[in-house]
Amino acid sequence: MNQELIYTVLLLVALGALAAIILYWVSQKFKVQENPKLEQVLEALPNTNCGGCGFPGCSAFADALVNADDLAPYNCPVGGNEVMKEVGEILGKAIEEKDPFVAVVKCAGAIHVRVHHTTYDGAANCSIASNLYSGERGCSDGCVGLGECVEACTFDAMYMDETTGLPVVIEDKCTSCNACVTACPKDIIELWPKGKRDKKIYIACVNEEKGGTARKECSMACSGCAKCVDECKYDAITVENDLAKIDYDLCKLCGKCIVACDVGNIVSTGFKPEMINTLAEKREKRLEKEKEAKRLEREKAKEVAEAEKENVSDKPES
Amino acid sequence: MLLDFMKGLKHFHKGGVHPHENKLSAEAPIKELPLPKSVVIPITQHIGAPAKVVVERGDTVKVGQIIAVHEGFVSSNIHASVSGKVGKIDKVMDSTGFKKMSISIRTKDDIWEDSIDRTPDLVKDIPYTPEEIVKKIMEAGVVGMGGAAFPSHVKLSIPEGKHVDYLIVNGVECEPYLTADHRVMLEKPHEIMVGTQILMKALGVDKAIIGIEANKWDAIEGLKKIAPEYPGIEVQGLRVMYPQGGEKQLIEALLGREVPSGGLPADAGCIVHNVGTIYSMYMAVQKNRPLIERVVTVTGKSVKEPSNLLVRIGTPISDLIEAAGGLPEDTGKIISGGPMMGKALNELDIPIAKATSGLLLIPEERSKRQEVYNCVKCGKCVEVCPMGLQPVELSLLSKNKNLETAQAHGILDCIECGSCSFICPSNRPILDYIRYGKSNIRKAKAS
Amino acid sequence: MSTDLLTVSPSPHVHVELTVPQVMRSVIFAMLPALGFSIYTFGIDALFVTLVAVISAMLFENIISVYLLKQKASIYDGSAVITGMLLAFNVPSNLPWHIILIGSAVAVGIGKMSFGGLGNNPFNPALVGRVFLLISFPVQMTNWPVPIMDAAVDGMTGATALGHLKEGIMQGIPVSALMTEMPSYRELFFGFQGGSVGEMSAFALIIGLIYMLTKRVITWHIPITMILTVFIFSGIFWLIDPELYANPFFHVLTGGVMLGAIFMATDYVTSPFTHKGMIIFAIGIGLITVLIRLFGNYPEGVSFAILIMNAFVPLINKYTRPVKFGAKPIKS
Repeated sequence: MNQELIYTVLLLVALGALAAIILYWVSQKFKVQENPKLEQVLEALPNTNCGGCGFPGCSAFADALVNADDLAPYNCPVGGNEVMKEVGEILGKAIEEKDPFVAVVKCAGAIHVRVHHTTYDGAANCSIASNLYSGERGCSDGCVGLGECVEACTFDAMYMDETTGLPVVIEDKCTSCNACVTACPKDIIELWPKGKRDKKIYIACVNEEKGGTARKECSMACSGCAKCVDECKYDAITVENDLAKIDYDLCKLCGKCIVACDVGNIVSTGFKPEMINTLAEKREKRLEKEKEAKRLEREKAKEVAEAEKENVSDKPES
Repeated sequence: MLLDFMKGLKHFHKGGVHPHENKLSAEAPIKELPLPKSVVIPITQHIGAPAKVVVERGDTVKVGQIIAVHEGFVSSNIHASVSGKVGKIDKVMDSTGFKKMSISIRTKDDIWEDSIDRTPDLVKDIPYTPEEIVKKIMEAGVVGMGGAAFPSHVKLSIPEGKHVDYLIVNGVECEPYLTADHRVMLEKPHEIMVGTQILMKALGVDKAIIGIEANKWDAIEGLKKIAPEYPGIEVQGLRVMYPQGGEKQLIEALLGREVPSGGLPADAGCIVHNVGTIYSMYMAVQKNRPLIERVVTVTGKSVKEPSNLLVRIGTPISDLIEAAGGLPEDTGKIISGGPMMGKALNELDIPIAKATSGLLLIPEERSKRQEVYNCVKCGKCVEVCPMGLQPVELSLLSKNKNLETAQAHGILDCIECGSCSFICPSNRPILDYIRYGKSNIRKAKAS
Repeated sequence: MSTDLLTVSPSPHVHVELTVPQVMRSVIFAMLPALGFSIYTFGIDALFVTLVAVISAMLFENIISVYLLKQKASIYDGSAVITGMLLAFNVPSNLPWHIILIGSAVAVGIGKMSFGGLGNNPFNPALVGRVFLLISFPVQMTNWPVPIMDAAVDGMTGATALGHLKEGIMQGIPVSALMTEMPSYRELFFGFQGGSVGEMSAFALIIGLIYMLTKRVITWHIPITMILTVFIFSGIFWLIDPELYANPFFHVLTGGVMLGAIFMATDYVTSPFTHKGMIIFAIGIGLITVLIRLFGNYPEGVSFAILIMNAFVPLINKYTRPVKFGAKPIKS
């Protein structure tokens, strides 16, 4: 019995070895001749096939890189500058370092700040809902909240916040591959430079309706009042179509616009909590001061009006 | 099937479903609704370019006066449906779910344009040339009243190179609950016959068939009785099945011809018009009356008095609901149109448009979709699709954004009848995703 | 206007009454006559086997879907119950409970959940379990208990009519001689024969078929076509040599043909979409069943035939696509 076992094992090993030799020979004989650099470049790329580079997959991108004269216009957002440097070394071509970008969600319309006017019962897909009164919340330009962007993200860099009903971007995982930007039917998501130490300030609203109409639907809507424009010393904010926009190249992250905004719409990321608290406190104080100032004005106006009335009644009738 | 044979009914041969007919308002005669306090008339009630507004705030208008002019060929005139002062001209939510530019008029008295003949007598003579007929229909702003709202004068000119030998009048009304067309056929049969003759003259055809579903047997009998007075017009009963009223299915049932994929009824040698549109054309040509009112069915299981109401275009739906006994306490959904293809509304201020054929009030307990299960590959959606497609496959392709394959498998042929979602035992939103796929394909084509 | 918000959703706004839980319930009710008959014939063992199979199927499905796959519990749609019952119907009623447990685990775990749960499996899960048990425990799976009314001594076991036939033919005994030892046709039809829990009584199974047809749960295409194919194909061979091959009535009424045609082959998930495809599918099952029975080593071929045809379903679906509307040229 032992002999049978040994012979069986040996035979199987021999068959396996023979099969391996044949397969290796065939793979070498019928190998497709490719530019060896292509394989090296492909190995250096992250191989996630996300399309963020603008090409349909990493092998197409590798092909384009190998055939390009200048690598400056090409960038792999997932791999970033590290991968591009490696590719540049392999191909002996110069690359251009690019700032990393991340996705930002430009809508502050959480569930509790928007008017509810319908109950939506269709398929849980933002595009389908946006054809039918844009889901359950007011402001038909704002986030529908059914998570099409979260589904589109292949890097697990987004999730839906249950309390606010808005998507949240995990900046460390975000590769700015553009999938969520194209998925969103309301074009709320935009790619912004990640910023030094992740700091950035942006206005979280895309509503271009007149202030009164917009505020009726969402209490955090940007009405285009331009108070932030007045405060900004660097001319980084412009108002167009009743909507303010911050230019990220000009913004110096001073935070004065956050203090100036009545609605509290402007979002800042990456700042230390103390800084955010300071800005929030300054804003609260400013709002209080203005309220006080208005109240005093009203009282003064009342006093003046009463004084005038007495003056009139004192006058002798002519 | 034996019954069909005995009654001489025809039917379409591919797919189809049998929703409960629920024709609750079939016995209710058409009632004219009192004038609303104000109307809101959208300028985009039709397929094609929006009409151009020609009045200003503060103008006084008469009933039948033009307030917006058609812009281009595929567009339609809009007329004032009440007399009074023009109010705000602003974007308002309408029955399509989007905010559209609308003209509001505050009603004062009921003064009509002098050219309109308001007598009820039948006018049988048609002393107009085909060109004059088309012109009158275009000026009257008649659009397809079955729901599509396609400007009718466009469907009165046969495209180059096509030969048309039949006019088909769509009196099928296959949607459950709706009875507006039924009552019009019952109460105005002669007008419909004359209207058909007008259309036959305009198109230059000498054969017409009026197709009616067998659940409107009194209308079939009524029209069959007077058909001998109107040569060339035939009345044909059809088996009750949804979507018999879809024009492609109707042509296949009546003539055995299938409209080719991506084609029009003219490619199959016919032109199809809804019976309500035919009635409006009669009014337009014989009585100089533009399209300013229509019959709307207000119905639902909890509605106190399911009715068929004759209302002016632009009346807010709240007026109609009041006239039907008031809004039922347990209303969960309000649908403009029928339950298979109608659009859900989210407010009560929405105005009646030219193509609003009915208002269906669904009780709360039936207004929510049931739990969704995995697709069990039962093939029922494939069995019922009247266009011979495989909805389960198209829905999955659309969801995964595989648009080229979806197009190759015929997703653009889908008539969005809803039979697939209706029959799916897993309650899957099949049609939702097919529509999603179709709109993505159209967007990609446009860019 | 009531203070509640109106609901909106895309059309259609009505739905047919038949949903997946109702389909499952109808199938379970359709299987009850066969189960009842089995309890009458084999006693409490049949009920025990069924209960063990059903409960273990539900347990395994729940554990896998909730704890391993982290999805919500799917046992409430009834498909686990049906898998358990069908597995029980395919095994002898004296099968030890631990073997049934293994069968359940394989049927639910490998046959259904490993592919992604309801709707994703290409093979009929109950048959996957049954074939696994047949090959792993051939002795226990082929020792059927004799019906109570025939048993002179408690605990007698033996082969089914088909098994007896196969053995006899392999020994060279002419079929006409063997037929005298078989139960009469009346007995075969009503189910007084040996066999697995669910497969003996054509009568009880047909009651189930009529119930499912009236409820529109299944259509006639698969069951009728399959039974007819078995009948005609075995009939052809019987006409060629009646001493070597049993007559077609015998083939239809014994073994798993009735059970397979009515409950196993008609499973939604593993059968084709279109009616044309279903007919091709059923003809294939019928042909393979007869081939295995007449020319193979196994006395029974239905389970294997169905599993083989399950593998062909995607191909059948591909080649029996419905004709698109408007594809025919106009012949006016």
